[in-house]
Amino acid sequence: MLADDENARVIAGGQTLVPMMAMRLARPTQLIDITRIATLSYIRGDGDTVAIGATTRQCAVERDKLVATKLPLLAQAIPFIGYTATRARGTIGGSLANADPAAELSLIAVTLDATLSYRAGSKTADIPAQEFFVGPMTTALPSGACLTGVRFPVWPGKVGVGFHEVNARRSDFAFVSAAAQVELAGDGKAKRIAIGVGGIADCPFRLKSAEQQLRGTTLDPAKVNEAVRAALADVEALADLHASADYRRRVAATLAARAIADAHAHAQGKAQGKPHAH
Amino acid sequence: MHTLTRKEKPKESHMRIELTVNGAEHTLDIEPRTTLLDCLRDHLGLTGAHAGCEHGVCGACTVLVDGVAVRSCLMFSPQAEGAAITTIEGVTPGPGELSPVQDAFCETHGMQCGYCTPAMVLVAHALLADNPEPTREQIVEAISGNICRCTGYAQIVEAIALAAERIRGANRPPELRK
Repeated sequence: MLADDENARVIAGGQTLVPMMAMRLARPTQLIDITRIATLSYIRGDGDTVAIGATTRQCAVERDKLVATKLPLLAQAIPFIGYTATRARGTIGGSLANADPAAELSLIAVTLDATLSYRAGSKTADIPAQEFFVGPMTTALPSGACLTGVRFPVWPGKVGVGFHEVNARRSDFAFVSAAAQVELAGDGKAKRIAIGVGGIADCPFRLKSAEQQLRGTTLDPAKVNEAVRAALADVEALADLHASADYRRRVAATLAARAIADAHAHAQGKAQGKPHAH
Repeated sequence: MHTLTRKEKPKESHMRIELTVNGAEHTLDIEPRTTLLDCLRDHLGLTGAHAGCEHGVCGACTVLVDGVAVRSCLMFSPQAEGAAITTIEGVTPGPGELSPVQDAFCETHGMQCGYCTPAMVLVAHALLADNPEPTREQIVEAISGNICRCTGYAQIVEAIALAAERIRGANRPPELRK
């Protein structure tokens, strides 16, 4: 059905598509509801990954014990997505396929190097999250394809996570968000580090130069600051009614540094404050 | 309101669906694009679900689907087939009576114009079914997706806390009640 009609759309939770239809920003000719396909709704541990089906509700992931223990970064970011009533319907795959630049799930997928799976006709294929998001509300999903699931790698060892975002009102769209995950070696130095920022540009991205500089260090706050600021210096940030490009860059650096500090403290086993919007 | 007999065939633009609302089953012929909100209001006469922004921001259209608070303006009616839908009309124990949550809203003056109230009450029901002892923070979080334009939030939070206390009390033997 999708392949035969380019204006047909897949609907799952409908928490973004239906508002867009209500505002006449989307006018699909047909809606194909995939929420009742039971095999697309699952959360399962698969060796060193956690696989989540496309139509798994966000509220199910929010309450899942496996996610809480294996994917603490995802667990920490989920409550920031919309409201309880929208997470009750909204799905993991729906948010990813929608590719809003400010979406928390896209940011976490990029930060953790998740792999997305889709199906087009009878063929299935995988695509890394960093290649999946190509622009605002635009993905590398081929026409007529349907996202089926996502696999997040699980980091072993002493892992800590941090997540921060700034918005006008809790649960509104983030102006800027930042996520960090750190794995500490026995000597207390960062063995692995992933830093991602969202809302600042057309799609979420990683601060790779900062990751390189900070790997193998003790994550000294001054060095962290310097590294994230340098990584963000040349970024062409979005500017709109809510926030200027300068503001977004500045806040992204601050939030990224905070996320790294939180992740560091978390990995050291220090008590973590409740995540909150600013 | 027109309840159909099963023999009639739906029009081509329509779809036959069966909805369970407040325990009653309804068979409806409906355009599949009809939102659950419009279906409840226009086809079933349940006007307690309010149409506010109609794009998922204000929360005035909240109903319970299998006990969970959702936005009825963001669901198409056929998507609600097979689920138990509860509207504000379905929370009262009997005609002319109020649920403990509604009672608490009256008592603490947890409403002003009343537009957001049915949704607030339903969100409170969903919260208390899941968490009988919510903290103030959890109550605030639960109603954070519902806008009250009279900004009567303080009394709404108070009402939900009072209802929680009473429901807990009602389940305890008298000597242990506060």
